[in-house]
Amino acid sequence: MSWLASATRWLWDFLVGDDPITAVGVVAALALTALIASTGTVAWWVMPPAVLALLALSLRPPAR
Amino acid sequence: MSGAELALLVSVFLACAVEAVEALTIVLAVGSTRSWSASLYGCAAATLALALVVAGFGPALTQLPINALRVVVGALLLIVGLQWLRKAILRAAGLKALRDENAAFARASAATRAAGARAVAGVDAYAFVVSFKGVLLEGLEVAVIVLTLGANQHHVPLAAAAALAAVAIVALAGFAVRAPLARVPENTMKFAVGVMLISFGTFWGTQGAGAAWPGGEVALLAIVPGVALASLAMTLRLRRAGEAAAAASEAV
Repeated sequence: MSWLASATRWLWDFLVGDDPITAVGVVAALALTALIASTGTVAWWVMPPAVLALLALSLRPPAR
Repeated sequence: MSGAELALLVSVFLACAVEAVEALTIVLAVGSTRSWSASLYGCAAATLALALVVAGFGPALTQLPINALRVVVGALLLIVGLQWLRKAILRAAGLKALRDENAAFARASAATRAAGARAVAGVDAYAFVVSFKGVLLEGLEVAVIVLTLGANQHHVPLAAAAALAAVAIVALAGFAVRAPLARVPENTMKFAVGVMLISFGTFWGTQGAGAAWPGGEVALLAIVPGVALASLAMTLRLRRAGEAAAAASEAV
């Protein structure tokens, strides 16, 4: 079981790391894009500002 | 070769070279302090395991429906790319220490010297395991990058070839000088890779979510410089804020 625990820990560190907001934010932004696109509305504009906002947000705590 | 394929090759090569430099430090430290044969066996076993991961998952990924593949690949590239770029920006701004391969080598050497000896079939088990784990952990991130970038463009072998070329060059350089490659501009390379991963992740993730880019692939010509410029601006802003804070604390 120890290898399973190690693999799970590695996967968590890889996907989430020390910044869960980034992972959740990426999934939320993609979901919003899909939602808007499903209505037939232009949706390409959602991801670029969302990604840059997530990057800026992830840089905020150490900058204080 | 298209622009997207060239960008794929460069991104994989740089990502793999950075991780290979870090893995090389571990292999050299274990080899020079414990056992070269055990360290190289561990390195070879981990490389084989990584090749099996790419060979096993690569064809399976390319069988996924294109939009599902794009959204999964896009999300993974964005998550990995944002982590890489965040660390690169913090290091470039002076808010996080740059990785020092000489210091990492000294730490790893001290730890391996202190560990007890235990041979299995004539091979130093500790040296084998440390080398194996080090190469595997550094390489898994690259394997994900190779698989995601390669599968989405149906070029897993091309991406794997770029990764192997990077490993070969770093290995040759490392064993030629028999020292960690401390002069490689790791942070600049991580910054560039982070920008590319985020750009491709944004492009493919958006497509996979059902939205179309104006101009198709030409949009990448705006996305890549846009992400790079925004990242440089964030770096400069953080560096100035850090310098202002340091000046204020000196004045007090």
